[in-house]
Amino acid sequence: MEYEVVIGLEIHLELQTQSKLFCSCSTSFGKEPNTNCCPVCLGLPGSLPVFNRKAIELAVTAALALNSSVQLNSRFDRKNYHYPDLPKAYQVSQYEKPIALGGCLELEIDDQVKKVNLERVHLEEEAGKLIHSGDSIIGSDYSKVDYNRAGIPLLEIVTKPDLCSGHEARLFLEELRMLLLYSGASDCKMEEGSLRCDANISLRPMGSKQLGTKAEVKNMNSFKAVEMALNYEAERQRQILISGGSVIQQTCHWDEEEKVTVPLRSKEGSSDYRYFPEPDLLPLLLEEKEVNIIKSVLPESPMDRRLRFQKEYGLAKSEASLFTSNRPLGEYFEIVALKYKDYSNLARWIQGDYLYQLREAGKSESALEPDKLVELLNLLDNGDINRPVAKELLAEMVRSGESPSRLVNEKGLKQISGHDMLLPLVEKVINENPDAVNNYLGGKEKALKFLIGQVMALSGGRADPGEVKKMLISKIAE
Amino acid sequence: MELYQKTVFELSRLMNSREVSSVEVTQSFLDRIKEVEPHVRAFITHTPSMALETASLVDKKRLNGDNLHPLAGVPLAIKDNISTGGLRTTCASKILENYIPPYDATVFKLIKQVGMPLLGKTNMDEFAMGSSTENSAFFTTRNPWDLEKVPGGSSGGSAVAVSTGMAPLALGSDTGGSIRQPASFCGLYGLRPTYGRVSRYGLIAFASSLDQIGPFAMNPADCALLLELLAGHDPLDSTSYPGKVPGYVSSMEERLDGMKVGVIKHSNEKGFDPEIKDAVTKIANLLEKEGFAIDQVEMPRTDYGLGAYYLIAPSEASSNLGRYDGVRYGFNGGGDNIENMFSRTRGEGFGPEVKRRIMIGTYALSAGYYDAYYLKAMKVRTLIRQDYETAFKKFDILIGPTTPTPAFKIGEKADDPLEMYLSDICNITDALAGVPSLSVPAGMHSNNMPFGLQFTAPPFCEGRLFNVANYIYRNRDPLLPERPPASFRKGGTE
Amino acid sequence: MAIDFRKDVEHVAKLARLELTKTEKETMAGQLSDILDTARRIQELDTEGIEPTSHVIDFPATMREDEVGASLPLNRVLQNAPKRDNDFFRVPRIAKSGNDGQ
Repeated sequence: MEYEVVIGLEIHLELQTQSKLFCSCSTSFGKEPNTNCCPVCLGLPGSLPVFNRKAIELAVTAALALNSSVQLNSRFDRKNYHYPDLPKAYQVSQYEKPIALGGCLELEIDDQVKKVNLERVHLEEEAGKLIHSGDSIIGSDYSKVDYNRAGIPLLEIVTKPDLCSGHEARLFLEELRMLLLYSGASDCKMEEGSLRCDANISLRPMGSKQLGTKAEVKNMNSFKAVEMALNYEAERQRQILISGGSVIQQTCHWDEEEKVTVPLRSKEGSSDYRYFPEPDLLPLLLEEKEVNIIKSVLPESPMDRRLRFQKEYGLAKSEASLFTSNRPLGEYFEIVALKYKDYSNLARWIQGDYLYQLREAGKSESALEPDKLVELLNLLDNGDINRPVAKELLAEMVRSGESPSRLVNEKGLKQISGHDMLLPLVEKVINENPDAVNNYLGGKEKALKFLIGQVMALSGGRADPGEVKKMLISKIAE
Repeated sequence: MELYQKTVFELSRLMNSREVSSVEVTQSFLDRIKEVEPHVRAFITHTPSMALETASLVDKKRLNGDNLHPLAGVPLAIKDNISTGGLRTTCASKILENYIPPYDATVFKLIKQVGMPLLGKTNMDEFAMGSSTENSAFFTTRNPWDLEKVPGGSSGGSAVAVSTGMAPLALGSDTGGSIRQPASFCGLYGLRPTYGRVSRYGLIAFASSLDQIGPFAMNPADCALLLELLAGHDPLDSTSYPGKVPGYVSSMEERLDGMKVGVIKHSNEKGFDPEIKDAVTKIANLLEKEGFAIDQVEMPRTDYGLGAYYLIAPSEASSNLGRYDGVRYGFNGGGDNIENMFSRTRGEGFGPEVKRRIMIGTYALSAGYYDAYYLKAMKVRTLIRQDYETAFKKFDILIGPTTPTPAFKIGEKADDPLEMYLSDICNITDALAGVPSLSVPAGMHSNNMPFGLQFTAPPFCEGRLFNVANYIYRNRDPLLPERPPASFRKGGTE
Repeated sequence: MAIDFRKDVEHVAKLARLELTKTEKETMAGQLSDILDTARRIQELDTEGIEPTSHVIDFPATMREDEVGASLPLNRVLQNAPKRDNDFFRVPRIAKSGNDGQ
């Protein structure tokens, strides 16, 4: 029997605020343990939460970016469970009335647009961090707790089971990450844990409407890991089903070393989180006006930008994609494009030599003043310098920030062109290389290239090779 | 008359005119504590040197001519569930026996700001769960009117401290009667303010949607003065009321002619002491003579208050008390893995009543029971609120007994939690509705125990309560003792 | 019908992370049955169409601006810690020891 894979994702994102969701402790990453803590985020007896306005704004921003419907009346609930990284033994989260419902994200998969629907978007608080004495939670005699992370605002995005492979899940996450980076809601750093993903995955006979028994996969620490883990798990389930077995509902960890999913010991009894409305926080009431203001300043989405770059600048899809995924580079392109209208030439230069030189010099995307790049390209277009010189100059400009005209003058790099300037050089080379001339006349094209090279060398690389070629041909013919 | 016997206003006047210093005033209370405390045991922690230090600082400021708050230099006692930075705050629980909060409750901050010397932290039922102070993990506080009786609870220590003159003022907390019930049993004024009137920041939570901090005092004016200090919006408590705090003291003497008083008719008054019922009639008559309009008011759904309360409060408590797990603070029961460490810590650290309530609450919130218990209780809470809204459309103020009986004997109800819960029967619905309510001493029972009546007003109308209480205070029987007898007796006439 | 809490004591105690002695369990089962019987009387009231009250407050929640304030000094954070490992809180092993499958 043929099976199809059904995947739904739960994504957790840390929102990019300065202070925590319910207290004014800093959210900065990598601080000494337990130094970003106060009575509120440590859950000390008697402390109380107070909303961070910015966290709510960012949650709304993210929800709008995801086309999710923002709820003007949402509520916080307590999710009760005991775990050492959870200071109050409950997580303040949104259960019954989340801040946004529904929504979708469009992906391009093999030139097809796929719409992935969302279940909900809700706001909650982050837990602290456990550090195990041994290599893993299982082999450790004891663990240590750092509460710096506890209370950072966290956005949970739950998709519908609309994805059907590890590859799709990965593409979805990449698109989601870009979208939320664009919206400014989160820095989405998977390596710092500010973006995390769990997945529910099940198989069902092709064409069936009913969902199969699912497994929850956790501990996937990169997009690549998500793809590998889900493909592995799908195959594992397929083997079970093919051999006539049935899948057990369970939670697994992705083992990055062994590249396998490892089932966790099933919890004793099912978890019972005893949700109830958080009495320390009043319902979150938003005004339509506030939401509209956030909507009006919502940045362009990556998808819109890709399309716009193709339409407005006539760029190829691959170029538009690069300028979208590398957002600062795209922004740089747009600034230069205000003053330089040969967009495809500009795109070639920026994604080619410019990007290469930036990487060589270890500089950021906007390292070179836009005007200087315009100047350089104009010098080239006007025939004042030739292409190899332009490339050389760009490297120099990125390193030093010098203006191209100044470099041209200082180094005498101006292109030697025109009959009168080039004629003595051409004549000299013909006179000094009779063998090559004869070879050329004998039909050897290579000999002509040699002669051009000799003229270029004499000019110090400044001659226009095209013009030299023409002159050599006509001179030899005389 | 000793200093400790004077009203707060009198002490304030004497200090302001420099007839006495705050150090002298504070010393007078400290001496009184030495004398009385061994009999009644109201304090968990004594802070005499801290108190004297604050007092002498206030005295210096006064000599400098600094502008001081009327309460500057007036000492007080604080219930041991209010966080006092750097000073042990136990909630009368083994689980917090050695807990030192690293921060101040907002009310304590306010008290320190005006320079009120802290005499000590008072005994209570563990985590404020109880009505007799017998649930303290450390010892039982005794009723100063009869040492064999309970002082009420959970704020029993604070009530006893003020009624015996060990402190002129004290802070308690009221979740379902924990200020008013002991105020009634010990013969003094105890106010539960409107929910949101006083910041809860730093008050160790029992049931967050019900908890309120409030004052104990020997007269309405002192009570009003302390509330004026405590009340107001706190940016650290988003459930605290952002509105202005009225001048409770300055408006206390205003005439309330024509105000309508509703006498609460409880549909089930079986357990109510007839002398207490008589006192309600007597006070109503007095008010009628003063120009108030009196009528009976029925609150049809309030009978269900007890049921709703004993689902809502334990549910919230089961969640609020989850954090005592031996990781960050408090008692740690040991264990070789996290699960048995959690269970041992909590099993050994909490007393029986706390465990009972955690069990009820956990059950009421658990899958399959939530709708029938917790959700139903919250709907009943809505109906009870509606009863109050209806009553306050017709009446300006409500009156009824604070407690169905005067104080009971130590041990009498200790083995029957349900009986114990019934002693708060008159206090619970106000708490569920979030309205303010003041217990006023209303006379002496023939068994020589005091008891109180309770006035209830619409939200944020505490001023009205002080005004009415003032009528009663001015018309009190001069022959009745205000304070328990100097020689503490054991066993009175029944 | 009276509630028999006995069958639930074990499960609820586990959820609440309360280690109870045998005697405690027995006493509690009886007491909790009584309390819940009383509490259950609220079922008599018709609450059809009634919104539950989770807050008695009618004013909107106040919010704070996203500004970083002072955290507690580390020694204050750790001063009440029952078990420490340098600047961390220390907890015993999280996975159960022994061979319990997997």
